[in-house]
Amino acid sequence: MIPAAFDYVRAGSVEEALAALAEHGDEAKLMAGGHSLIPLMRYRLVTPGVVVDVGNLNGDLRGIGVADGTVSIGALTRHSELEHSAELADACPMLAHVASVVGDPAVRHRGTLGGSLAHADPASDLPAAVLALGATLVARGPGGQREIAAADFFTGFLESVLADDEMLTEIRLPVSGGGWNYQKFNRRAQDWAIVGVVVAEDAKGVSLVNMGSTPMRATAVEQAVAGGASAADAAAMAADDASPPSDLNGDAEYRGHLARVLTERALKAAGIA
Amino acid sequence: MPANAVRISLSVNGRSHDLEVEPRTLLVHALRDEIGLTGTNIGCDSSSCGACTILVDGQSAKSCTMLAVQAEGCDITTIEGLADTTDGDGLHPMQEAFHQCHGLQCGYCTPGMILASVSLLEEYSDLDEQGVRAGLEGNLCRCTGYHNIVKAVLSAAGKEA
Repeated sequence: MIPAAFDYVRAGSVEEALAALAEHGDEAKLMAGGHSLIPLMRYRLVTPGVVVDVGNLNGDLRGIGVADGTVSIGALTRHSELEHSAELADACPMLAHVASVVGDPAVRHRGTLGGSLAHADPASDLPAAVLALGATLVARGPGGQREIAAADFFTGFLESVLADDEMLTEIRLPVSGGGWNYQKFNRRAQDWAIVGVVVAEDAKGVSLVNMGSTPMRATAVEQAVAGGASAADAAAMAADDASPPSDLNGDAEYRGHLARVLTERALKAAGIA
Repeated sequence: MPANAVRISLSVNGRSHDLEVEPRTLLVHALRDEIGLTGTNIGCDSSSCGACTILVDGQSAKSCTMLAVQAEGCDITTIEGLADTTDGDGLHPMQEAFHQCHGLQCGYCTPGMILASVSLLEEYSDLDEQGVRAGLEGNLCRCTGYHNIVKAVLSAAGKEA
């Protein structure tokens, strides 16, 4: 299908993008790679009056740097760049791996980390990964720059704390070591996870994909592991705080089962006995 | 053309094109209907099947999931531009491999399969059969002719299937 008509603004700088957002308010949508937005526009589930294209703002907004124990990733860094980054493979191999299982190669060439986070789909891989890593998201708006903890960022299905006139510019992560794993369960190639489980830093961070209206931390699992529980005992609590959706892929009860099984697998693969 | 039309310049198979497009024009429609290159097929129209795969600055992309305006300043390669026609029978090695291994049945997915495969071998070194199968997960062959497609890609990579 063809999207409904809209006006197009190609932003030449962050300032131009913010000015366009300020001018058009909730009529406007930011587009980075467009790989979440364009499918929704084609189905006419989203019909913005104005699309503000930031996809060509490279510079500081695209690339990966590591300094003083912090990984800084420009919001426009593409999934394939995360996947193949030697810096990220050293500093945060879990995120590089999670990026490598998003969609398919063609999607990873165009999709961006900032776009995926701002889209805030609970079924996406990367939001849960940055949540488990305790990332800080940097946003710019008319009032300047603010830092948002990943734990505070996701507020509902496809909703975040980003205001209509703000854009993500950077994602900061602590350099992370320790055992990690990502279990992505789906039935068709290139599909979203029916349920996914991310384990970061020896299970200091455990998060769930597609187990509620937002990506979520499995805090009961994290606390159980910290308290010395076995992988099996900790994983039994994986779905305790979740309200998973029921859809064609599975009902809530099945998703709860998947979360427990996948969490046990992920914990064991991350080295938790 | 409506008042909100946008002028874009892009290179397709080495030739420059200046177009005026509606912002909502998908890249695949610009390639087929404006530029007249119909080798890029439209399959699912929902980012799933990969029939419309092209190369954007050398990397595979689904042209049904790009707006034409996003291709401003890009180098696009479609199936028509892959063969080196300057010296006669210049099939690209991937096209030659698909030909030799009979990596097609009805042929509808083939342009996308070939371009996705070219990009795959550029991006990943030392692919084995499993790697090729996983790497082509975004390209569907509804004849289910995957066996020879995978064989062709491995052959182009210099490996026996």
